[in-house]
Amino acid sequence: MTAITPLSTGPHGKRPARIFTPARIMIYSVLLVAALYYILPLYVMIITSLKGMPEIRLGNIFSPPVEITFQPWSTAWSSACTGLYCEGLKVGFWNSVQILIPSVIISILIASVNGYALANWRFKGSEIFFSILLFGAFIPYQVMLYPLVIITRELGIFGTLPGIIMIHTIFGMPILTLLFRNYFASLPTELFKAARVDGAGFWQIFFQIMLPLSLPIFVVAIIMQVTGIWNDFLFGVIFAGSKNVPMTVQLNNIVNSTQGVKEYNVNMAATILTGAVPLLVYFFSGKYFVRGIAAGAVKG
Amino acid sequence: MRYNTALAILATSTFLLTVNNTKAADLEVTHWWTAGGEAAAAKVLADSFDKLGGDKWVDGAIAGSGSTATPIIISRILGGNPMGATQLNTGRDAEDLVKAGLMADLTEIAEKEGWADIIRPSKLFDACKYEGKIYCVPVNIHTEQWMWLSPAAFKAADLPAPTNWQEFVATAPKLKEKGLIPLATGDAWQVFLTFNVMISSIGGKDLYLKVYRDKDAAAAASPEMKAVFEAFAQARELADSGYVGRSWNEATNLVISGKAGGQIMGDWAQGEFSVAGKVAGKDYDCLLGLGNHPVLHTGGDAFYFPKNQNPEITKAQLKLASLLISKETQVAFNLAKGSLPVRGDVDLATANTCMKKGIEALNKLDNVAPGAGQLLAPDSGLEIEDLSKEFFADKNMTVEDAQARFVSIIERAQ
Amino acid sequence: MSETVRPNSLFKNLNAKVAAIPMIATVLIVFIGCTLWTALISFTSSRTLPELTFVGFDQYARLFNTPRWNISAINLGIFGVFTLVFSTVIGFVLAALLDQKIRFEGAFRTIFLYPYALSFIVTGLVWQWILTPTYGIQRVVRDLGFETFTFSILNDQRFAIYAIVIAGLWQGTGLVMALMLAGLRGIDEDIWKASRVDGIPVWKTYLFIVIPMMRPVFITTIVLISTGIVRVYDLVVALTGGGPGNASEVPAKYVYEFMFRRANLGQGLAASTIMLTTVLIIVIPWALMEYRGEKRK
Repeated sequence: MTAITPLSTGPHGKRPARIFTPARIMIYSVLLVAALYYILPLYVMIITSLKGMPEIRLGNIFSPPVEITFQPWSTAWSSACTGLYCEGLKVGFWNSVQILIPSVIISILIASVNGYALANWRFKGSEIFFSILLFGAFIPYQVMLYPLVIITRELGIFGTLPGIIMIHTIFGMPILTLLFRNYFASLPTELFKAARVDGAGFWQIFFQIMLPLSLPIFVVAIIMQVTGIWNDFLFGVIFAGSKNVPMTVQLNNIVNSTQGVKEYNVNMAATILTGAVPLLVYFFSGKYFVRGIAAGAVKG
Repeated sequence: MRYNTALAILATSTFLLTVNNTKAADLEVTHWWTAGGEAAAAKVLADSFDKLGGDKWVDGAIAGSGSTATPIIISRILGGNPMGATQLNTGRDAEDLVKAGLMADLTEIAEKEGWADIIRPSKLFDACKYEGKIYCVPVNIHTEQWMWLSPAAFKAADLPAPTNWQEFVATAPKLKEKGLIPLATGDAWQVFLTFNVMISSIGGKDLYLKVYRDKDAAAAASPEMKAVFEAFAQARELADSGYVGRSWNEATNLVISGKAGGQIMGDWAQGEFSVAGKVAGKDYDCLLGLGNHPVLHTGGDAFYFPKNQNPEITKAQLKLASLLISKETQVAFNLAKGSLPVRGDVDLATANTCMKKGIEALNKLDNVAPGAGQLLAPDSGLEIEDLSKEFFADKNMTVEDAQARFVSIIERAQ
Repeated sequence: MSETVRPNSLFKNLNAKVAAIPMIATVLIVFIGCTLWTALISFTSSRTLPELTFVGFDQYARLFNTPRWNISAINLGIFGVFTLVFSTVIGFVLAALLDQKIRFEGAFRTIFLYPYALSFIVTGLVWQWILTPTYGIQRVVRDLGFETFTFSILNDQRFAIYAIVIAGLWQGTGLVMALMLAGLRGIDEDIWKASRVDGIPVWKTYLFIVIPMMRPVFITTIVLISTGIVRVYDLVVALTGGGPGNASEVPAKYVYEFMFRRANLGQGLAASTIMLTTVLIIVIPWALMEYRGEKRK
């Protein structure tokens, strides 16, 4: 875990107080207790994944390992079994990467153009479409599952990579479009007007003026999509097809196929491995996330 | 412009896909056999299929029992991206898919090889028929009416091993005193299985058929049925609180290690015992029909072959179908799985005492009844599952309330 | 080269319309089309495959007579209220504390935020592990010498849904905290100066000045949390599987099971339609209010 440098815009709270007033001690202790609650599960995951099975059966889940073993990790990565299939998570990892990259790019491209059109080029009905789109964010995925199976079947892309990419693009659209719309709307309108006066058109303004200004919101969108798509289970299991089974599905397979005794250490190692990609993204770009959110979600 | 990028990405990714796809005779087989004994049994099938040469078995195991796997399998068939073959439980799960013409017709090969004459009991084969045509291959007979006992647990509590349900209940207090779990079980379908087993084991075959086959509401309201609910109420007192989220083979493992007195589970539990190197009659015991009524429900697994555009795959499908029912496969597969072969004409000399008990019972027709999955549409069956697990979890739900709800489900069951 | 403005023309703003085609298609085909289809099929007796044998409100009558559905609906209510209230409050409090010129702010923020990066499947597995009586908290406390201590909310049908709330809060409050923190950083420093000059206590400043100013943040937060609440599914599957019994079932799970496992599409879609209608009933008045509010400005 890397400590992250503070935001460039500093805290706005109360003026700095002397270090050891009772109030400060209170604040720090509340924060520490909260931090404990959040950190505990990760701690349990990590230490459990480093223990051998006999130690798990005897000890308690919070005690650190007496004897550290990395066996569970290598099992989880390359040899844990589901049925006859004993290749661990590694295949799922590459499948997830294969789904992730095109899905993130396409969904963000489409949503950013949507947001731009909605913020700067409103046309008749655009607000209505946007409202329905936002309402779509509330629709439970399960409701849409059956008709989407039929639609993708008719398009001939059910169970293929393009199929799952389309599904991720559709379901990423509401929230991403909202973020981009709010962000573009918050940019000074003078910029846009000046460009129009100079004769720039829709795409020209988008690529030459808007995009260079929107790095923070792209960062937020990328973080949200990377975690959302990487963590998806339901769509992956149904739409991706057996050749592209994502890592979460394999994780679920591995933890649910017990041979005799549940191998908690392997399960935990598999869990951490599956969560690793989005976790790293957060650890390294958390500060951009907060900053970007301030730009996209908050002004509105 | 962005469309071009998008297309380029799509094009490259589909290209990657088609490269992997060129071997046409890879037959993807989905199933949910992921526990130790089950996986060993699946391996028997895969190895013998691969040995035939040419085609390859591509294993598509989905973990988490039928409740996780069935939706995935069905949605894939509906979505027009079917697997080469799939396991499903013998019964009505695939009924609508067959009706919709999504399953391959196996009539030709079935007639050529005379399946109708070799598969016993014939009821099991009937489940594969629709409008006179054959749509699936039954591979085994699973019987659910077993109680697996741990002699070690009873010895530890200084008790004689029970021989029927009532005796078993009587041993519970002493087992609990010793810190042992009287009845090992897990959640959801395992509780439902226990309930179904009790209808025929405590209530008898007639009651079972009246309620599930004839959907006779009067029988569902009868005092005999009440006795079943009372036994089921005893069972919920005998289970430990850790049953939520426990898988069936973890529960079996509690019996194997002598931490639990017994488990009500299908014969597939034997696969776990044999993987653990345990001997029937010595390291573990079995009570057929809970030691009360030795009625067997003949359910089991069957393979379905979704219709396919690729002639290579269709050929491989028929090859697999024929292999599944062959003598050698039947013996090797069922020994690993702990189930009984669907053919009456194979030699099971190596079967253990518990399996022999099962075969013996199976040969007496009076003892045989169709499994719940063949009698009830999935919808009604799962409604009863809901009721049974609610009752099992909620010790405040009375036998009377549960029975009243049961009657109303049976009244409108299909 | 400046465009001439031709109001009410289809070709006005053509580029924007072309660019919005994916969005328009998604809205028309997926969100509207699929919703209408769902509502239509819910009035039929469809089993595995959709068919048009209409049975009126039969599916709905059955739905409301099914204990499992009623449990699911109540559970969603409990889960929704607790999640909404607690994640907003906890998220805001954490953000306000972090906004006090804290040392190691980055570290704290990362700790609060990281669970959001983990999937519900992972979240469910970890909390199952911590809450399971045989290994988890109960065992640990008992090993400390409190032999009769019981903490088995996972296995008690009265409390199982709260286990899901706890795990859900763990996963989601970090995002709320991030949003709130961003909102607090957007508050003008002068406001704080002014309130200090006037001698207004800090808590009053937060409650009566800062929070009202952060209205857009709260709205975004509530929208984000609510969409998550309606959809809760993976977490339940991974943590409790809906058990014990049906004690922690949720509507999304009901829909999924009836569609694909119970071969009763009509029933599943009737449940979907009820979910959609409920969302509409809640969202539309709110959207109208927002819209009017904007107009008045």
